[in-house]
Amino acid sequence: MFSKTKLLTAIMTMEEIKMTILHTTITNVRNSLFNSRNLMSAVLCIGVMFLSVELTQAQKIAVKGELIHTSAGDAIENGTILINDGIIEAVGPEAEIQIPSGYELYEAKVITPGLIDAHSVVGMAGIYNVPDDQDQLETSHAIQPELRAIDGYNAREELVGVLRELGITTVHTGHGPGAVISGQTMIAKTVGTSVEEAVVEPVTALAMTIGSTIRNNFDSPGTRSKAIAMLRQELIRAQEYANGNDDQPRDLQKEVLVDLLNGDIYGMITAHTAKDIMTTLRLQEEFGFKLLLDGASEAYMVMDEIKEADVPVIIHPTMMRLGGDGENASFETAGKLSEAGITVLFQSGYEAYVPKTRVVLYEAAIAIANGMDYDAALRSLTIDAARVFGIDGQVGSLETGKEADIVLFNGDPFEYTTTTDYVIVNGEIVSRGGR
Amino acid sequence: MQKTLTILMGLMFALISSFAVAQDRPHVFEGAEIIPVVGDPISNGTLVVHNGKITAVGASGSVSIPENAEVIDASGKVIMPGLVDSHSHIGEGDGGDRSAALHPDVRIMDTINPTSDSFRRALSGGVTTANVMPGSGHLMSGQTVYLKLREANKIEDMLMYVDEESNIYGGLKMANGTNSIRPNGPFPGTRARSSAMVRNLYIKAQEYKEKVDAANGNSDEMPPRDLQMETLVEVLEGKRIVHNHTHRHDDILTAIRLADEFGYRMVLHHVSEGGQVAEEIAASGYPASIIVLDSPGGKHEAVNLDYEIGRKLEEAGATIAYHTDDPITDSRLFLRSGAFGVRAGMSREKALEALTIVNAQMMDLDDRVGSLEEGKDADFLILNGDPFSVYTQVQETWVDGIKVWDRSDPEDRKFATGGEDVFKNQASHSHHDHGGN
Repeated sequence: MFSKTKLLTAIMTMEEIKMTILHTTITNVRNSLFNSRNLMSAVLCIGVMFLSVELTQAQKIAVKGELIHTSAGDAIENGTILINDGIIEAVGPEAEIQIPSGYELYEAKVITPGLIDAHSVVGMAGIYNVPDDQDQLETSHAIQPELRAIDGYNAREELVGVLRELGITTVHTGHGPGAVISGQTMIAKTVGTSVEEAVVEPVTALAMTIGSTIRNNFDSPGTRSKAIAMLRQELIRAQEYANGNDDQPRDLQKEVLVDLLNGDIYGMITAHTAKDIMTTLRLQEEFGFKLLLDGASEAYMVMDEIKEADVPVIIHPTMMRLGGDGENASFETAGKLSEAGITVLFQSGYEAYVPKTRVVLYEAAIAIANGMDYDAALRSLTIDAARVFGIDGQVGSLETGKEADIVLFNGDPFEYTTTTDYVIVNGEIVSRGGR
Repeated sequence: MQKTLTILMGLMFALISSFAVAQDRPHVFEGAEIIPVVGDPISNGTLVVHNGKITAVGASGSVSIPENAEVIDASGKVIMPGLVDSHSHIGEGDGGDRSAALHPDVRIMDTINPTSDSFRRALSGGVTTANVMPGSGHLMSGQTVYLKLREANKIEDMLMYVDEESNIYGGLKMANGTNSIRPNGPFPGTRARSSAMVRNLYIKAQEYKEKVDAANGNSDEMPPRDLQMETLVEVLEGKRIVHNHTHRHDDILTAIRLADEFGYRMVLHHVSEGGQVAEEIAASGYPASIIVLDSPGGKHEAVNLDYEIGRKLEEAGATIAYHTDDPITDSRLFLRSGAFGVRAGMSREKALEALTIVNAQMMDLDDRVGSLEEGKDADFLILNGDPFSVYTQVQETWVDGIKVWDRSDPEDRKFATGGEDVFKNQASHSHHDHGGN
């Protein structure tokens, strides 16, 4: 799988190099990429395939930044990062790191690790918002844990590219909110032309919802208490299945629910109101699964209880539109939870209309502007998310031996007027002069 | 006659209310960086307001301070005009229903809740004047209303009349593209049918206008009153501006074609693919009120919506403003729209104008709002930093010389952040469910 990823990103890099020759300005490169991506890919793929292996082996990049946020200790002023074969080889002050010959040099004002979107539906819910490209919610039944994200994820989805250009290099994505159990989620890098190339972890969580939105999508359950009764019954059946004989027939639903009960995957429960959050905590206590509390608009009302339960919160998009279960949402919640010592992660969430996806970089920015500590927000977007998802051995910080997912900004990453100069994934430049 | 009475009464209400609330003593704000929008920024400036109007603005030292003035130290702060939003859905109003695709007779004015907390939310983001539009989903969804975000219990106290002679305080909302297309009912099923329906109605209005003109003031000769026709005659006479929702490049050109044919004044709204027809928009002379979103997509017409439309239109020489389309983007974050324009290469000057004076022009209100100039309404913001920084927050919002929102007051501040029981009735209005924006 890893070699496939390298092959793909090498192709993209070559494509961009070709485009650079064709167009003189960075802006032109980006526009052309956007408009003629498919055509150029088709033309270039065949030729580049032969070059790619050699190119990948030769891919040595040095990145210099006036300020490098490593998410592993203090930021480094005037630092250097060396990348070799997709992996960070060295990171430190420029005085301590000699750039060997043969390294392609990139420079930027501010450098961060690749950003992690802790909950998205990108790749499942497409840009056109027509039935053909909406695979985040199946409404034939309210409980469908057997639905796999990998069977619905479209790695070529344009919105994946939009996020990539803005520095989001890893997404936790999959089935959306709106069903009692809508299906599975996965972790992917925002590169690749197939799910096989993009995937980091094929099953990460079961996406579940507790709240009033379910009744909009299903005849039953029509109430909160019915939904919880149905959910508990399924989990109890799964417990029985887990304790059953080896010769019982395979049951895709129960297999994945057993994974949940065994702690192999998370239960990510979207719950906004204080009472739904409390119900979520009650369920978690009864069945003992690993919980990600998602949405949590009214988390500030039950902060002690959340802290006591020791669960990470994937907070609603800071700029989420108000209404329904989320009408009491506040710009200040992420900051309050973080200050209380609760692990807070940022999400792009699910959008039913325009914009079709949000951007965690912007959501974190508004959280900082409304009281969240700057460094805490940066950690939240990087190492904290990586730790929660158990991928911190690979990504989430700029440290020797980790995969080289790096974003080069032309200023403070959170400022409205700052853009990404380059985005690097697995040691390959995947975006130049981005949004 | 009846009309004239209504106008007079409306004006009296407006005058009485502004006199009743405007301060007696002049207020002087000293030492701020002042961004007047019309004219260069002043690094150390003084703003003087009195009786709801700006009486002086200039470099500190060059402006004489009235003797009895209350002087406020604004050093370290930035003062700029109150933001003007040319396209918003705050105020809980409604518009045309499903009985027809054309509703020029419908007034959103009759349905606005003046005490809606959405007005407080908008003030917390610095919006002081807004064109509040009936929802989309129609070829004509109704008459819009130009509102000053004053504290008010009745809508009459918020109306912004475009001039003293007419009774006009809004435009006409139109839409094309997929917005009004429905599979059945009295709605068009295609774009071509949409245009035909609009043209037929304007031709009727032209005929109605001919009869009105021929009557030459003689009431016996006048055609029977027709609310739809009366509104469209105002449009044909150039008194009421059309605000035309349009996204796709060819729909933008269709909107221009129809406005050219009937000679009405029009503002293009949203203009998602404006970058593709920037030269044509500039050449047409119709201004563009655009929206900027975090990401493209959500519907077919918006997949090419990017941050660069502002820059492209500026380069082509078109007149550009930003709007919120609240709740599509949040009024609290309106400054962010201009900042995103700058992000994508728009000039800072144009981006500032696009949040203020150009929007005022789009409502024929630029003689009163949209810049800090002597004689204009004292609508201004006090910021704690650069308007285009994410870390900057509106500290105070002043309307007609009155401080109407103050971040240091917890009761006001909560509208900037949200929280428990702050907002009611904030659910996205229903029209967007069937393809609005």
